[in-house]
Amino acid sequence: MDVLVCVKRVPVTGGRISLTEDEQDIDTRYLGFTVSPHEECAVEESVRLVEALGGSSTVLTLGPAVAEEQLRDAMAIGANRAVLLESEGPEWDGGATAAAIARVIADHRDAGIAYDLLLFGNESADAGGYQVGVRVAHLLDLPCVTGVKQLEILDETAVARREGPGGFEIFEIPLPAVIAVKEGINLPRYPSIPGRLRAKKAPVERIQPERAEPGLEKLRLRLPQGRDKQVEILGDGAAGVERAVDVLRQIGVMPS
Amino acid sequence: MIVGLVEHDGGVVSEPSLQMLTLGRRLAERLGVPLAALVIGSEARPVVDGLAAYGVSAVHHAVDDRLDRYAPEAWAACVADLIARARPSAVLAPGTDRGNEVMAHVGARTGLPVAANCTEVEPGDQFLVTRLRWGGSLLEEARLHGDVKLLTVAPHAFQAEEGPAAGGWNVEEFSPALQDKDFRVQVARQEGRPPGKVSLPEARVVVGGGRGVGSPEGFAPLEELAELLGGVVGCSRVVTSLGWRPHTDQVGQTGVRIAPDVYIACGISGAIQHMVGAKGAKRIMVINTDPQAPILAHADYAIIGDVQQVVPALVSAIKEAKGR
Repeated sequence: MDVLVCVKRVPVTGGRISLTEDEQDIDTRYLGFTVSPHEECAVEESVRLVEALGGSSTVLTLGPAVAEEQLRDAMAIGANRAVLLESEGPEWDGGATAAAIARVIADHRDAGIAYDLLLFGNESADAGGYQVGVRVAHLLDLPCVTGVKQLEILDETAVARREGPGGFEIFEIPLPAVIAVKEGINLPRYPSIPGRLRAKKAPVERIQPERAEPGLEKLRLRLPQGRDKQVEILGDGAAGVERAVDVLRQIGVMPS
Repeated sequence: MIVGLVEHDGGVVSEPSLQMLTLGRRLAERLGVPLAALVIGSEARPVVDGLAAYGVSAVHHAVDDRLDRYAPEAWAACVADLIARARPSAVLAPGTDRGNEVMAHVGARTGLPVAANCTEVEPGDQFLVTRLRWGGSLLEEARLHGDVKLLTVAPHAFQAEEGPAAGGWNVEEFSPALQDKDFRVQVARQEGRPPGKVSLPEARVVVGGGRGVGSPEGFAPLEELAELLGGVVGCSRVVTSLGWRPHTDQVGQTGVRIAPDVYIACGISGAIQHMVGAKGAKRIMVINTDPQAPILAHADYAIIGDVQQVVPALVSAIKEAKGR
């Protein structure tokens, strides 16, 4: 079972976002970086599949050179190989990203590395385009299920379960396939110290992809207008509960 | 022509679809073109007539026996078929899991870009769209290219409104050009949700717990508070990452969106990813030791104090008030 898992470097945002002066990006001067939550689970899923079925897990990202950090994080929890599509400058849209990823997969296939399963996060935490996994599937003519919260591999078939309008939907699709997962499919592990040390020394394949013209062109970012609210302090500690009960009564949720 | 892809559940049009049609109608009015709806599968028949009230003047109903079970590529093929025949200026879908999935397939099939989760659209040669990033914590203004503009409409960004249709009323059934390959991914079977207690998205009261709850056992008083108020317990991402609660309890960008009358947030700092999940809450009551916590900026009411003392005190006070 050879799995490729695609991740995106995003900032760890806290209680509020501030933007850079040119309104093109989040001001990340004081922020750390991670990958999108769905993708943390995709990495974990790939490692679990390889532990259970053998094979290898390769982690890939398209991003700036410093996104190497996210590849090493993935290798620290068990991914075996890493591929970095280096792209400095403005963010790529979903179409351009998918085209670059599909090309690498096709090149790997020509070089004798064929993946049985391509894992993506359902949507990135920042751009939220819902595009990349589906577009890669089309470019490589593979079946694709998105929003997956449970995945089982039986011989040459992927059994994928997700939430649908009336309950759960179960899909059975032949491998090779593209699966876009959601957080909740598993609980990602923490890296071990030996894992971190191994990841630090592991090689990273670097590729300089060509950027296609964006079809969705980011112009500027802006913060949504916040609700203009004044918080009413009901009190300190247990002294606040009396007024809290009054408030709950006003709202109409007190038991009768 | 503007086309709206309408989703339904058991013959009832979904609320996000009506919101999408509302934006579609405004767009059609601006461009002076009719608004058409695309509905897929014979199960959709009951929804057709109700669409006129939302300004739809033509319904294109894709019919094929194989469409009875949802298949994302087949749905996308229906959209692509209509695009090829009717050359609409834009196709809109609701920004639901299914809507975003189908439109991604349509974009991939046709080579057109897609803008997901739009809240505003300014038509033109290229559309200027405003769309959600970070689940709605941030907005992006973008230029959407393509001969046919493909976009999804963010759910619950505005209210659905009825409105008049431009022109008459026409319902046309068609057999879309479908290949076997379009059904290689299709729902094999469905399972209903287990019946039982109120679900998080529907709950009138949600008691949320964060790191400040301290331990899995620390949730017992929150459970008691929720039960007293006829609500359910939710939690922040930290709590699920620590393994204290199942992921199904997680409120936020990658979890559940809630819309209760009151959200009682206990020991939650208020990261943006959590707050977008609670945006639908009518009121927020915070229990937190830190009066500077970011969540206070979203709160209507706050008790400054330790969850482990305040929540049991609140439970006692509610029981006492109930007894009176």
